[in-house]
Amino acid sequence: MHAALNLAVDARELVKTYKGGVEAVRGISLRIPAGSVFGLLGPNGAGKSTVVKMLTTLSAPTSGTATVAGHDIVREPNAVRRAIGCVAQESGVDVQATGRENLMLQGRIYGLRGRELNLQTIELLDRFTLTEAADRLVKTYSGGMKRKLDVAMGLIHQPQVLFLDEPTTGLDPEARAEMWEQLRELAWDRGLTILLTTHYLEEADQLAQRLAIVDRGRIVIEGSPDELKAELHGDAVTLELAADADAERGRDLLGSMTVVEQVALDGRVLRARAADGASAVPGLLGALDAAGVTVAAVTVARPSLDDVYLRHTGRSFSEAEEEAGRAKRQDRSAVAA
Amino acid sequence: MLALTHTWYMTQRHFRAFVRQPMYVAFTLVQPVIWLFLFGQLFKRVTELPGFGEGVNYVTYLAPAIVVMSALFGSGWGGMSILEDLNRGVIDRFLVSPVSRGSLIAGRLIVQGVATIIQAVIILLLGALAGADYRQAVLGALVLLVAANLLATAIGSLSYGLALVARKEESIIAVSNFVLLPLQFLSTGFMAAALIPGWIRSVAAYNPVNWTLTAGRGALMPNPDWGSIGAHLGYLALFVIACGLLSTRAFRSYQRSI
Repeated sequence: MHAALNLAVDARELVKTYKGGVEAVRGISLRIPAGSVFGLLGPNGAGKSTVVKMLTTLSAPTSGTATVAGHDIVREPNAVRRAIGCVAQESGVDVQATGRENLMLQGRIYGLRGRELNLQTIELLDRFTLTEAADRLVKTYSGGMKRKLDVAMGLIHQPQVLFLDEPTTGLDPEARAEMWEQLRELAWDRGLTILLTTHYLEEADQLAQRLAIVDRGRIVIEGSPDELKAELHGDAVTLELAADADAERGRDLLGSMTVVEQVALDGRVLRARAADGASAVPGLLGALDAAGVTVAAVTVARPSLDDVYLRHTGRSFSEAEEEAGRAKRQDRSAVAA
Repeated sequence: MLALTHTWYMTQRHFRAFVRQPMYVAFTLVQPVIWLFLFGQLFKRVTELPGFGEGVNYVTYLAPAIVVMSALFGSGWGGMSILEDLNRGVIDRFLVSPVSRGSLIAGRLIVQGVATIIQAVIILLLGALAGADYRQAVLGALVLLVAANLLATAIGSLSYGLALVARKEESIIAVSNFVLLPLQFLSTGFMAAALIPGWIRSVAAYNPVNWTLTAGRGALMPNPDWGSIGAHLGYLALFVIACGLLSTRAFRSYQRSI
C-alpha cells in the first residue's frame, strides 16, 4: 500500500528534545509524494530546521520514525545520505577553496570520478551561471553566488530528494527571484522531490505544491497554498486606527457586526475578515465613525498565507518572528550570565 | 578503503587551504626561527654551568626543543581550523554526506604532520648553520620527527575535540596559554635536567612534552640511551591513543548536540 503511494518522505511523529529539555519538535508527521515540492512554513525557532536535520540524518530523533527515499533514517543513515542532497541554512561551502574545487570534492565524496565528475561539475556551474567565477576562491563570492554554489553542491550526485533549509534567507530580492526560477526548473524538469523550509510566506506560495505550517514544534495545518487560503472564506480587511485608545472599542464594535466573520487586534491595527471585503468597507467605516473611532487607513486584500497563519496560530507571522527573536536573545543572555 | 580515499580528499583540501594562506605559512615558519635565535643568544652560556652535562653547545641542545615547541603550539592551535569549519556549516555539510567520519579528523592531522615536518627540517638546518653539531644527524632527526609528530597528533586531536565541545575561540586560546605554555616550560626544553628544580623534574616525568624531548632530542645527543628513547616513544604512542579516544568522544558529543 505504502509503496504504491511512492512517498519520498514518510515521517511519523518525529520528536526532538535537546539536552536541557528544549522541545524543538513535538511530534511532526509528513508524507511527501515523490516528485513534489513541499514547504515547511513557520517563523524562526518553530522547529523547521530541526525536522530537516533529523530527516537528513544529521540529528537523531528523540522518538518517532521516518523513511527518506525508502530508507530508514536511523537504521540506514548511509543509504539516506546517498539518496539526498542537502542545502543547510548555514552555507557550508569552503571559502578557502574555489567553486570548482568545492563541487569536485563534494562529487568525489559521493563516488563520482573522472569524466562523469567533470561533466557534472561543468553542467552545474553553467546551470547556476557560476562558470566565470568557477576558479575564484569562494571568499570573493557574493551572498547570492555562494547560495547558488550551495545548491549546486547539493545536486552534484543527482539526488532523489533535495532538502533546502531557508534557501533564500539573506538574499536580495533579485537573487531571490533568480533562485526561485532555478528551483522551479529543477522541480519541473527533473521531477526532483524538494522539501523546503522558509519563513517567507511568499516563497512558500510561489514554490510549494503543498505546505505545512509549523508553529512551536507542531504542524498546525497542512494543504496546498490555495486550499489553505480558500479555507478562510473571505477577504482580509485591515483598518488602521488613528488613536491607540480606540483600538479595543473598535474591535468590539466590528466583532458585533454580522458581515464580519472574525476580527483581531494588532497594536492599533484591526484585522477583520469579511466574505466580500470591498462591499463591506462602507458599512464598517460608517459604524466606526458613528462610534467616534477615527480610521486612518483601510485596505482590502484577498486572503494571504499570513492570514492563514494568523488564523491557525492566533498571532501574526511578524509577532511570531519577534517572539522567536526575543527567545533567542534571552537564551544568549542566559548563556552569557 | 573508502575511509582512506576520503582521507586523501580531505588531506588535499586542507593542504590547499594551508598553502593558500601565505601569512599563516610564514607565521608557522618564522616564529620558531625567532625562538631559535632569541633563546639561542639569551642562554648561550648556560652550557658552561657545572653539571649541564650532555657535552654539546647550547644551539645543539636548543634546536630539538624548538622543533618540539613548534609542534606543540602548531597542533594546539589546530582547533581553530575546525572551529571555522563548524561556524561556516562545513562540518554539518560533510556529516549529511556519506563521507567517512574519521577522514574529517585524519585529513587535518596529516596536513598538520606535514607542517610539523617542514618546520622541523627548517629549524634543524638553521640550527646547523648556527653551530649545532649532531653526530648521528639523520637517524636522530628521524626519531625527533617521529616523536614530534606523535605529540602533534595527540595535541591536535585534543584541540579538535575541545573545539567540537566548547565551540569557542576563547577556549582554544585559553588552553594554549594556560596549559600548553606551562607544559613547554615544565620540561627540560631549555635547561638540562640536572639543573632544573626537583619539583619541575618530577612534573616533567609525566609531561608528554618532556617525553617528546627525551626521545627526540635524546636520539640527537652523543651516546643516545636507546632503551629510554624507545620507552618514551611508547608512552607517546599511548598518549596518542588516549587523545584519539577523547577526540572521538567529543565528536560524538557534538553529533548528539545538533
